[in-house]
Amino acid sequence: MNDDLFRLHNVHKEFSRGKQKITILDNLCLHIKRGEFITIMGPSGSGKTTLLNMLGGIDKPTHGQLFFQHTDIAQFSESQLAKLRADHVGFIFQFYNLMPMLSAERNVELPLLLKNLSRAERKKRVNAALTLVGLQERAKHYPRELSGGQQQRVAIARAIVTDPDIVLCDEPTGDLDRTTATQIMEMLQTLNREFNKTIIMVTHDPEAAKYSSRQLHLDKGIFTDLETAA
Amino acid sequence: MINLYLIVKNLTRDKPRLLLNSFAILVAFFLFGVLGSVNKALHAGVELSADNRLVVVNKISFTQPLPLGHVEKIRALDGVKLATHANWFGAYAQGSQTYFAGFAVDPETYLEVHADSFLVDTTQKRAWQRNRQGVLIGEKLAQTFAWNIGDRIPISSNIFYKADGSQVWDMVVEGIFTGADLQTDTNFLLFHYQYFIETQTFGSDWIGWVVLTTVDPALNEDIINKIDDQFANSFYETETTSERQFNKAFLQQFGNIGFIVTSVVAAAFFTLLLIVGNSMALAVRERTQEIAVYKTLGFSAQKIFSLVLSESVLLAALGGFAGLALAHMFVGGMSQSPQIRAIFPGLSLSRSIFLQAVFYMIALGFITGFVPAYRAMQLNIVNGLTRR
Repeated sequence: MNDDLFRLHNVHKEFSRGKQKITILDNLCLHIKRGEFITIMGPSGSGKTTLLNMLGGIDKPTHGQLFFQHTDIAQFSESQLAKLRADHVGFIFQFYNLMPMLSAERNVELPLLLKNLSRAERKKRVNAALTLVGLQERAKHYPRELSGGQQQRVAIARAIVTDPDIVLCDEPTGDLDRTTATQIMEMLQTLNREFNKTIIMVTHDPEAAKYSSRQLHLDKGIFTDLETAA
Repeated sequence: MINLYLIVKNLTRDKPRLLLNSFAILVAFFLFGVLGSVNKALHAGVELSADNRLVVVNKISFTQPLPLGHVEKIRALDGVKLATHANWFGAYAQGSQTYFAGFAVDPETYLEVHADSFLVDTTQKRAWQRNRQGVLIGEKLAQTFAWNIGDRIPISSNIFYKADGSQVWDMVVEGIFTGADLQTDTNFLLFHYQYFIETQTFGSDWIGWVVLTTVDPALNEDIINKIDDQFANSFYETETTSERQFNKAFLQQFGNIGFIVTSVVAAAFFTLLLIVGNSMALAVRERTQEIAVYKTLGFSAQKIFSLVLSESVLLAALGGFAGLALAHMFVGGMSQSPQIRAIFPGLSLSRSIFLQAVFYMIALGFITGFVPAYRAMQLNIVNGLTRR
């Protein structure tokens, strides 16, 4: 149990709509070990993204415990969660979410602005991240000058530039063609295998899911395959 | 610390909006710079008034004369330190249409009473006092006409005639005086009362007004009463006020300029608050998703607040300093004109106006940026990420 990165105990999330309560996650229990590559699958509205958001510290459970490295982050304040995200988590979104007014290298540099690093050190790390995703020659390009696949690679570089423990991906191939999607998945697999990054990915795509070491299936807020969540 | 590059990039992402907002701010600060400088120049006389200096004028109107004998009677009162007198002499340099102020004064006492206002070299002062046709020229006036010591200058009056029917008084420049303060008006000349009174046609032994200093400003009220009581029920009743009150009353002839300036500037700033405030709110609203991404990456709520607020302050500074620079050039250009100098002596964009403007820039940035910054700070990440 000591190599658990995440441990969820009865994590429950519900919203109120008027007098009606809508359950998104229903008392989930889950263990995630360091270095795993997990995909979370399920139909729309099953709670995949909500679960991913909680793991990334951008949402909190209504009740339940969510341990990250043995600390219950469900009790964290907003500023503690911000620090957690800055120090430990990298995010990759379906629509890349790059800043349109910044070049690729400046986008990648963004998370480093929160670290106490010299400009030279930041530049060195940005170059390393862009080289890893094969986009060093596009460092000065703006998002509008890049293809979808290239933008997603910049987003990957931004996610890994701080050397986080976890990379969370929300439908990272959802907006890409098959060939590009394969390249992105191979890149994520490399991050997992060669750099020991824990990757948790939400996807609808069974092809993408094949790259993972464990698949979780969510439906109506509960895991449909209890064994895989254990 | 928030990265300046990020702030600048956010500010400059929508260039038409940046230009329009900056222009609106520029206009407001240009108006503030110019009108504030004009107002300050007009009130310089009030600000620079000495606490212990009093002015005695005819009770009917300050345009009516007083007898010369009043000066000695005032000088003899307890608590009066020095007293002098002056006559107004609307002046033109011969061959020029440029009007400026000139005063016929007692050369022995006038500079002593105004020792804290005007500086003149002792040798030049003595030369002026010795020469009945001598004239002391203010520094700015000397610059306007390129007059130098020793120049013989024919000066005309728009009011007085000489006994021989001419309007021209020949004078010799014996000295050039400077102001003790940058704002001090030096756009006028001083010449001998005796030369004036003996050559003009309005009779003898009359003066325009008396200026005196008291040994202690605390005695002002008492001395004012003594003077006015002394001449009560005479042919020439007096009205005595402090120099500050006298200058204020003089300015009020033109209306409440301070109020007009304040109203115009306040209207400009109020409009600006609405325009820039609305524009900033819109700009931040358009960036909701990006702000959510910043927060996802680990930017704290405080950092997001600083980022938006800094952008707002930078925008205000950008337009504000441009407006002040333009106002500085405009005021500088205005002050080159002798006609303008005659009305607004010491016209310049002063340090105090500049500092006030900087304060207003910061305040504008804070006021227009606070609500958008607060909303950005409070943004829920999940809601922000799903907004497209």
